[in-house]
Amino acid sequence: MTENNSAVSIRNVTKIFNQGRPNEVVALEDISLEIQPNEFVSLIGPSGCGKSTLLRIIAELLQPTRGEVQVYGKTAHQARLDQDYGFVFQSATLYDWRTVAKNVQLPLEVMGFSREQRKQRASEMLKLVELEGFENHYPWQLSGGMQQRVSIARALSFNPKLLLMDEPFGALDEMTRERMNLELQRIWDRTQTTIVFVTHSIPEAVFLSSRVVLLSPRPGRITEILDIDLPMPRAWEVREDPHYFELVNHLRDTLRAIEGGVQ
Amino acid sequence: MSLQRVWRQYAPTIVLAVVVILLWELIVRVFNIERFLLPAPSAILANFTSNLDRLTHIGWFTTKEALGGFAIGCSLGILAAFVTARWTIINETILPFAIAANSVPILAFAPIVNNWFGVDNPLSKMVIVAVIVFFPMMINTLRGLTLVDRNALELMHSYAASEVEILLKLRVPNALPYMFQAFKLAAALSMIGAVVSEYFGGNRSALGVFITQEAALFRFESAWSAIIIACIVGITFYLVILFVERLVIPWHASFRTTEHG
Ligand SMILES: Nc1ncnc2c1ncn2[C@@H]1O[C@H](COP(=O)(O)OP(=O)(O)OP(=O)(O)O)[C@@H](O)[C@H]1O
Ligand SMILES: [Mg+2]
Repeated sequence: MTENNSAVSIRNVTKIFNQGRPNEVVALEDISLEIQPNEFVSLIGPSGCGKSTLLRIIAELLQPTRGEVQVYGKTAHQARLDQDYGFVFQSATLYDWRTVAKNVQLPLEVMGFSREQRKQRASEMLKLVELEGFENHYPWQLSGGMQQRVSIARALSFNPKLLLMDEPFGALDEMTRERMNLELQRIWDRTQTTIVFVTHSIPEAVFLSSRVVLLSPRPGRITEILDIDLPMPRAWEVREDPHYFELVNHLRDTLRAIEGGVQ
Repeated sequence: MSLQRVWRQYAPTIVLAVVVILLWELIVRVFNIERFLLPAPSAILANFTSNLDRLTHIGWFTTKEALGGFAIGCSLGILAAFVTARWTIINETILPFAIAANSVPILAFAPIVNNWFGVDNPLSKMVIVAVIVFFPMMINTLRGLTLVDRNALELMHSYAASEVEILLKLRVPNALPYMFQAFKLAAALSMIGAVVSEYFGGNRSALGVFITQEAALFRFESAWSAIIIACIVGITFYLVILFVERLVIPWHASFRTTEHG
């Protein structure tokens, strides 16, 4: 194996659930992908093609059946122990018994930040996601979109080297979603983290990413990797760019073709 | 909570209670029901107020037994749940036993336990209560510790949190609502357990002994007065737990109001 300085290096990863049993599922087949530091890579593909599974394998929440994952030159296991991962789930996954501020501080507590630092970070992050004034609210007192923003603040609070986001905006309405897209674009530009982002929305993937990875239906394989060669940092105007439309349409056609293949 | 809201919340209950008592009085008088079948509420009340000293004395005696058994049973149940939750294998072996044991009518052992520790000894009642309370406490706590949302757990793993941190920051808070459910159940069970095991014999100043005695001597009003004491203690116990629950887990779904504040 050659040394490399990729942020994420996925080599021939296959994941089979319940191997050898009647309910065996081949979720991912022979996935190889190199992600460079400070890249924004989106995974897109039909439902059930293994996008969440791939994110979980990168974060070492699941073990691959075959193949291996390296993160900043380390094993995924070591990267997890080094607390390199910020994970944003599709559902906000806030702890009911913690206020908004305390939820954002959760990773900081685990990682041993001082009380002062925790407070300061939490208020910075809540400002970043425009939730100042909600510090002492409980999760159930917030709308779905606000909860998801808290979970993003929580993931960013400790400056993880790698941010893994599993359809973070799936539950949001169109308006909020577009605003969050701009926000995330700004955060990414400012924090210089590497982001792996799962989404069902092609416009969202094109707007945000430096590369889009298209997965085929089960078993998930990489069908295409598309460079998004639109200027950075991206502003609203990008969405009027003819090239933006070309890329969106191209992805839409390809996705339709591979989905049509199974239906 | 404003007084008006408290009133609005509990008014139906209070009105219902008053109506039931009035109906009871009415039926006893109109149909001239024998007092060994059902004394009139007014007669019970008269007896209750004139015997209040004696009643509080025996009530307190039995309450101590119930509280002691509650404390022992709940502590051991919680302890057992924590130990069991720690090791999945033990957990899977023991849980079916605990669930089976929970459906055994433990009160049936009361006469035997009375012999073990001595009929007069309050400890014999505490042991019965402790055993009754132990299983629901353990099973509920165990559920709370182990039935944790998958993503909530993965979140902790993604931070490389230790098992101790996961226990303190996720499993225990997750278990608290389950535990309060069990405390409420245990509160009711412990009073029932103490009184009923006294029916099989006990100290002269015990509530259950008093009730059987008075009933045997056809002093039904005073048996009923003792039952009222048991009810008051049981309800108070329950309300205290409800109050503590509000303090400890104010975030829980059962306390959410639709309005602000
Ligand atoms: N723990 C598991 N045990 C068994 N099978 C699983 C497990 N997790 C996922 N799978 C299967 O693996 C496949 C991929 O699941 P995954 O959740 O990764 O899909 P996805 O691409 O994220 O889908 P969606 O877009 O709907 O979220 C599915 O067929 C799913 O049924
Ligand atoms: Mg998914």
